[in-house]
Formats: sequence, structure tokens, C-alpha cells
Amino acid sequence: MTEARPSAPRAAAPPRSWWRANQQRLTPWLFLAPGILMFGLYVIWPIFESFWLSFYDWDGLGEARWIGWGNYRELRSDPAFYTSLRNNVLWLVLYLLAVPAGLLIALFLNQTVFGIRLYKSLFFFPFVISQVVVGLMFSWFYAPNFGLFYKLVEWLTGTGVAVLADPDLVTYGIIAAGLWPQIAYVMILYLTGLNNVAPDQVEAARLDGAKGWRMLWYVILPQLRPATFIAVVVTVIGALRSFDLVSIMTDGGPFGSSRVLSFYMYEQALSEYGYRMGYGAAIAVVLFLIMMVFISGFIWKMVRDEREGY
Amino acid sequence: MFPRPVQSRGPAAVAAYQALLPVALLLWLLPLLGVALTSVRPTADLAAGNYFGWPSAFAWDNYAAVFRNSPIGRYMLNSLIVTVPTVIGAVALSCLTGFALGVYRFRSNLLIFFMFVAGNFVPFQILMVPVRDMSVQLGLYNTYQGLILFHIAFQTGFCTLFMRNFIRALPRELIEAARVEGVAEWRIFWFIVLPLMRPAIAALSVLIFTFIWNDYFWATVLTTSAATQPVTAGLYSLNGQWIAQWNLVSAGSIVAALPPVLMFFAMQRHFIAGLTLGAVK
Repeated sequence: MTEARPSAPRAAAPPRSWWRANQQRLTPWLFLAPGILMFGLYVIWPIFESFWLSFYDWDGLGEARWIGWGNYRELRSDPAFYTSLRNNVLWLVLYLLAVPAGLLIALFLNQTVFGIRLYKSLFFFPFVISQVVVGLMFSWFYAPNFGLFYKLVEWLTGTGVAVLADPDLVTYGIIAAGLWPQIAYVMILYLTGLNNVAPDQVEAARLDGAKGWRMLWYVILPQLRPATFIAVVVTVIGALRSFDLVSIMTDGGPFGSSRVLSFYMYEQALSEYGYRMGYGAAIAVVLFLIMMVFISGFIWKMVRDEREGY
Repeated sequence: MFPRPVQSRGPAAVAAYQALLPVALLLWLLPLLGVALTSVRPTADLAAGNYFGWPSAFAWDNYAAVFRNSPIGRYMLNSLIVTVPTVIGAVALSCLTGFALGVYRFRSNLLIFFMFVAGNFVPFQILMVPVRDMSVQLGLYNTYQGLILFHIAFQTGFCTLFMRNFIRALPRELIEAARVEGVAEWRIFWFIVLPLMRPAIAALSVLIFTFIWNDYFWATVLTTSAATQPVTAGLYSLNGQWIAQWNLVSAGSIVAALPPVLMFFAMQRHFIAGLTLGAVK
């Protein structure tokens, strides 16, 4: 407050000049206010509230009862929780296949022939469609007795497989459906990246005799690093957020074998199985902490880039 | 250019490549084509086991039936009523936040920026119970406004990231010059920066439209009745009613997917520019 003294005479001047003296300092806060208010109310605050709720036993209507670590203790011996966790790991690992697959398609399409623009858009097409629709499409694709995939397997091996009714295969089937739009997304990231690869470096490497895989590995991929970073970020986040496809294609079944944490949380907190808000919040906290590991990594890298840039 | 242009391998390679493209595309879009074909298949075909041969006749009536026998028209309208205000709100808020974070240097700038970025990545489930509870308390549960307000708030995270990086890349001299002239800060925003943000606004609008139209999770958490439910959630309940009527399910799916698809093809360049911002440095 001691610094306020020298400016005291100015405060006595008309408010217009006080504003003029301080507007550079105050303007950003005025511009930020509505955004921070909304984001704080609907995103930041609920995160803390969920943490707090996870220590309660609450049905969403009556009185909430403090049970300490009770929900977490229950999670530790809940087989459905472990199934969901295992499926989440499976999602994470297999979903990352979208990155090389997307790169492959991008390399295939990175040509200049007649009509290539239309081909690129049509390859990208699955990403624009809602996951609900993608889920319904793949349900039809896998449908026992008449689905295209079922028929194909039947034709190849003699007996068809009902992917979505088989507890061992169901998660793979759903992940395959999820990969379809995700590969399209990664592809478009890489197509844009390839478009910006420095042509002189490629030519120079060519003169040095680099081609094929070596060229890709040593010359092209290093230049595609920003695209790869974004592709990995969106794929990891997408894998851990997977909910829509599970809900649409199997509703967690058969026998809960295709549940993932996000779906199990929803099931516990908001479905006919009962309104266990506290238990649901505990599952959400676990998922949040898992995601925070990745989010912190991404943010750490972004902060580092930011510092280097300025 | 990488890989080496096919043209450099002679006309035979170009012809082979151009023949390969439609085959690859056909395989890639197989599930989509299957559903498109099913959506115009007469029920008689399904009964006779003709599941993926050519339809015996084009039953455009399936589409009429979907609108006649289900509230899908209502659902579509609900989606539109939720999506359009969300796009306007999120883009408007992020023009402000993006300007503040992109132009001014102050101590907590990066901290606030990364709060928006990190918040945009969190799992929806950590927000679900409190947001639903808050909506119930405020009387916003199962209303358009409840869904719109949440979507605006959440999308502000991604939009701020986008807008701030866009503004950062604008020439700073413009703003400095205006300040030397004594132009008020809000006028700098309104008359200098905002006109330059037009491409970013277009790109974000198309993207957010698609994201919100396709949202399913919040639609199921915050709405329950056909009067307010968006088409994604509606399609889920219709799927339960139309067991084994695959031609209707398919027609409904295509109707629901159409608006974002049309938006994409109409505004393709903006869409891709928005999605790939940051993919090149």
C-alpha cells in the first residue's frame, strides 16, 4: 500500500484519467471476467466438488453421509472396477494405433492427381459423424447372422462371430469402431503437416541418397513432430473419454465386460442400478487422476515450448 | 514433397494409383455405405434375408416413416436450438479471453491460459454429478438453457486455446501503433483485432457446431424428455424402440448425421484449418 501514496494526487483527478492511467492493467481482467466466471462455475469448481463428494454416501436426493475413504475401499474389492480399468488400458494402447494408421493413409493420399481433394475429404468423413451414428453403423456391421463383418468371417472360416455378444471380443470390436473416426482425424493432422514439410530439405536428402523408410524416419518425421504431438494428445484423451460407443453398442455388456471407467461411473451414479453419487464420484476421481498424469505431461511440454518461443 | 509424386514414376503408376483410390475409399467407407444402402431397403428385403445385395426397390419411404413414426423432427429441432446459441456464446466469450491472454502481458497470464487448456481435457465424469446437481437446483435441468450454459462454459476452454494462439500470431506492431495514437483498449479490440479474427471465428464456429451437435454424454445427463432431448440422445432411445428394424435405424442415423456433414462440406477449408491449427509450427 505504500506505493499508493505517489499516485494519490492522481486519484483526486476526474475518474476518466484514473481509467486512462490504469486501463492497460485492468482491461485484460474485464475481458477475462465472463469467461473465467463461466469456466470456474461449470468446470473448475465441480472438479473440487466431485473430490469432496467422493467421501460421501449420497443418493442425490436425501442427506449425504460422510464415510471417509469408504467408497475407495469398496472400489478396491470391486471386480467391475477392475474390468473397467483393464478395458481403459486396452483402449489407451489400441487407440494409439490410430497415429501410425493415420500417418499411413496420409502418406498414401499425399499426391496431386485429379480429384484428390475430394478423396481426402471423403476419407476424413467418418470424423464428422456423431459417435452415436458410428456406433449404430458398427452394430449393424457386426450384427450376428446378417452383418457384413459376421458374413465375412463366416465366409472365411465357416463360422461367424457375434463380436458384440462375446465377452472376450466385445471391447476389441468397440475399439475398432472408435478407431475409424480417430484414424481420420490423425490423417488430416498429418496431411496438413506433410503439406508444410520443407521441400528443400527433402530434395537435399534425396540428393544424399535417402529414400523410403530412412527418408521418412530421419527427414520427414522430425518435421512432423508438432502434428504427432497433437495426434497423440487427442488420441490419448479420446481413449480415456470413450463413453458414447460403449453406451450405444453394448450398454457395457455382455455381463459388464465392455465397461470402461467413464461408463461404469455413469452407470453407478445415474442409471437404473441406483443413484450412488458418492461412489460414482470416487470412480470419476480415479479416472481424473489417471488423465491428470497425461494432461500434466502435455501441459508441461506446452509450457516449455511457450517459454522457448518468447 | 514426400512421398515422391506418382507422376515421376510414369503414366502407368499414375493410372494404377488412380485406380487404387476408389477401391481404398470403398473399403474405408464400407460401414457407411452399408448403412446408406440399408436406409433405402424395403422391409420386405430384410424379411427375405436380402441384407446386402442391391435393394429390390428404393424405399425412400423409410425416411418419411422415420419422421412420421418418431419424434426425430423434434429431436433435430432441439439439437439446433442447443447448438446455435452455444456456438455464438462460446465464440464470443473466447474472443474476449483470447484477446486478453494473447495481447496483454501480466503475471498470471500463462497460469490462466493453462487453466483453460487443462480444463478442456478433463474427463466429463468428474463434472457430471456437480453440474447435474447444480442444474437441478437452478431449475435448469431438462431445459435448453441448462445444456446451452454448460456447453458454452466447457467449450470456452478449447476456444480460448484456439483464439489466444491465433491472436498471438497477429502482428503486434498494429496494436502498439494504435496505443501510441492513444486509441482506447476496447477500441483496439473492436476495430483492429476483431476484424482480423474473422477466419478464426469462422473456423471455430464450424468446429463447435459439429462438436455440440454430436455431443451425446451431456445430452443424456442433462435432458430426459423428447421435448428437450437432442438428436444424439433421441437416436439412442429410438434404437431401443426399433429393435431389428434396421432400415429405420439406418435412415434415422443418416438424418441425424446430415447437418454436421453438410456443414463440413460447405465450410471444409475453415473446418480443417480449425482442426489442424498447431499441427504445423
